[in-house]
Amino acid sequence: MLIIDDLHAEIDGKAILKGLSLTVNAGEVHAIMGPNGAGKSTLSYVLAGRAGYAVTGGSVTFLGRDLLALQPHERAAAGVFLGLQYPVEIPGVSNLNFLRTALNAQRGQRGEAEASGAEFMKLVKAVAADLGLPYEMLKRSVNQGFSGGEKKRNEMVQMAVLQPRLAVLDETDSGLDIDALRVVSEGINRMRGPERATLLITHYQRLLDYVVPDFVHVLVGGRIVRSGGAELAHVLERDGYVSIAA
Amino acid sequence: MSALPTRRDEAWRYSDLAAAASVWPVPAAETVTVAAGESLARTLILDAPDDAIVIHDYAITVAAGASLDFRILNAGGRYGRVALDVTLHAGARFDLGGVIIGRGATNREIVTTVRHAGPGAVSRQVVRCVAGDTATTTYLGKVAVAREGQQTDAAQSFKALLLDRGATANAKPELEIFADDVKCAHGATVGELDANALFYLESRGVPPAAARALLTRAFLSDAFEGLADDARDALEARLEALL
Ligand SMILES: Nc1ncnc2c1ncn2[C@@H]1O[C@H](COP(=O)(O)OP(=O)(O)OP(=O)(O)O)[C@@H](O)[C@H]1O
Ligand SMILES: [Mg+2]
Repeated sequence: MLIIDDLHAEIDGKAILKGLSLTVNAGEVHAIMGPNGAGKSTLSYVLAGRAGYAVTGGSVTFLGRDLLALQPHERAAAGVFLGLQYPVEIPGVSNLNFLRTALNAQRGQRGEAEASGAEFMKLVKAVAADLGLPYEMLKRSVNQGFSGGEKKRNEMVQMAVLQPRLAVLDETDSGLDIDALRVVSEGINRMRGPERATLLITHYQRLLDYVVPDFVHVLVGGRIVRSGGAELAHVLERDGYVSIAA
Repeated sequence: MSALPTRRDEAWRYSDLAAAASVWPVPAAETVTVAAGESLARTLILDAPDDAIVIHDYAITVAAGASLDFRILNAGGRYGRVALDVTLHAGARFDLGGVIIGRGATNREIVTTVRHAGPGAVSRQVVRCVAGDTATTTYLGKVAVAREGQQTDAAQSFKALLLDRGATANAKPELEIFADDVKCAHGATVGELDANALFYLESRGVPPAAARALLTRAFLSDAFEGLADDARDALEARLEALL
């Protein structure tokens, strides 16, 4: 589904990703762990196509297409979803308006019929209930005045409404209380399926107890320096990154 | 108004004086009076073609305990000016919500003088503007508090969004206060669309032009706050058509 080959990327002329390779097949969940500043968020932004991140080498193929040739909104319509480490507040745009605009923009690009008002409301209400975000909050401006945990839940609401093929979740577990972590984990697990894949960026073993990954990768200094199964996360938890990088 | 204004007139500081001269003298100001205890809502939409010259003057009196809610969408004319001279008596209230949309080489402005003539009057002015190309957009808000205007509560908020390097937004609050127990607040900011918010929308599948339009509408619609839902929806629809 996703093939990242020898990816190099820089910000403001500073090399951050230095030959990163990673293959994710449909149906798989991959976890990426690594020290602060290793380039994890940079990888997620490069995949989503954020301006300012210059790809200087390598390739990314998503469902057989050259992902790097697509604009951000086209990547979204193709099925890429980025759960942000720091979700953005948008004053004056309600969550409902945001979600509906996004859903219909994606459907339009894919040549699908737009969701009717009734269909959309039914979908959103069900999703918000599943993820424990009060429906009333969806009437408020996007993320404005939301707590850190509520913002992360809101990212999961967006993911559940948009139903991406590939979810890249950047520290979605950070800032969540224990109950919220379980709810969000269930949300991620509900998205698992033979047609979908997930890239989980995390610092914590705890998320991986709920969402058991098929593979764990260690990203240090802009490259994957080690890969393994779910047990690798336990090794990291015990020994830290220093032993791995050495 | 008879003498042709000059650059030295505070209220014409950033105006297109040549355009004004070409239609001078303008008709006398329209008089609006809100009787004691009553409330009135007015909406003015300037949507004349980009070669028109439009000047609207109002002389407004809001009597004791009365209130006026005035919403303005200034999106028309090569030169489009709305000037309000508002006198508030004891306990009166004045709400202004103004939107200015400038594009091309147009000059569009909202100029207000709010006179707090009696005690305890409240004025709330919110002006939002978006300017592209080489447009000039201006909000001049003068608040004059008379000696009798104790417990005046006056607030002005101006925010502008500049879409292009050649576009201009001017704001100049002016206070003239002869009472000692007054609250006058004002804030002015000029900026660009939030790049993080734009990326967020795009990353969810919204094309850049639609994302910009959505954020611009959200920014401007601050000026419609406090309206009943249907009045607000009607103005939002006009705004969408004018953007
Ligand atoms: N706009 C920028 N300009 C310059 N350097 C940047 C910029 N953004 C990020 N960096 C640098 O790129 C490197 C990688 O940052 P990135 O955010 O990808 O790390 P991370 O692995 O996500 O870290 P964390 O675990 O703290 O979230 C860091 O050294 C960071 O300082
Ligand atoms: Mg990060």
